[in-house]
Amino acid sequence: MFKIVRHPIDLPGLLRLVGNEEAGAIATFVGVVRRQNAGKRVMAVEYEAYPAMAEKVLSRIGEEVARSFGPLRMVVEHRVGRLEVGEASVAIVVSAAHRREALAAVSYAIERVKQVAPIWKKEWYEDGTAWLENPSGAPGPE
Amino acid sequence: MKVRVLLFARLRELASRDALELDLPEGSTVGEVWRRLQETVEGLRAYAPPPLMAIDQAYASPDVVLRGGEEVAFFPPVSGG
Repeated sequence: MFKIVRHPIDLPGLLRLVGNEEAGAIATFVGVVRRQNAGKRVMAVEYEAYPAMAEKVLSRIGEEVARSFGPLRMVVEHRVGRLEVGEASVAIVVSAAHRREALAAVSYAIERVKQVAPIWKKEWYEDGTAWLENPSGAPGPE
Repeated sequence: MKVRVLLFARLRELASRDALELDLPEGSTVGEVWRRLQETVEGLRAYAPPPLMAIDQAYASPDVVLRGGEEVAFFPPVSGG
């Protein structure tokens, strides 16, 4: 349910994973590769992860979400490898009894993923490459 | 004592490798592993800020003492999402 994957993200498949008879709402967040970043034209993006640690960190985020907004079901997939503009890099899908919890859980989870998951993004431009390093990309409370 | 070191993203590129094994004095801290790495691997001297550190796939601060046999990882601030 918390995975680093090399294949394209299958959103309908993730929606099926969280579906159940108690759910009255399913909220999703999908991050996609954008053409422009900081004034540069992006040709492609390469994501790298520390997969074993990243999956543990994603599971930990799942536990935080369940404590704050549960009961709910949640899946997170983050893709690694080379992605073209418009392709999905990350998907977070949450089902809950009501929309408020589902939406809040998704919003909280993507912020935590960006802060703590050991995943890095390298952008490819027409004239070179650059690793992005989020200034707030640091471990939170353990 | 031996530890297995993993490097990611910009650190992996600077070092031109993604893993190595280091033999260290007993009682070394994870911060001391990083200093040894910068002495041993020339490309890493260009990386000035302290990197993020993890022991056995959990974030760790530089003062944590190692027992030997751990998987120690160093990497830049994260940028997933």
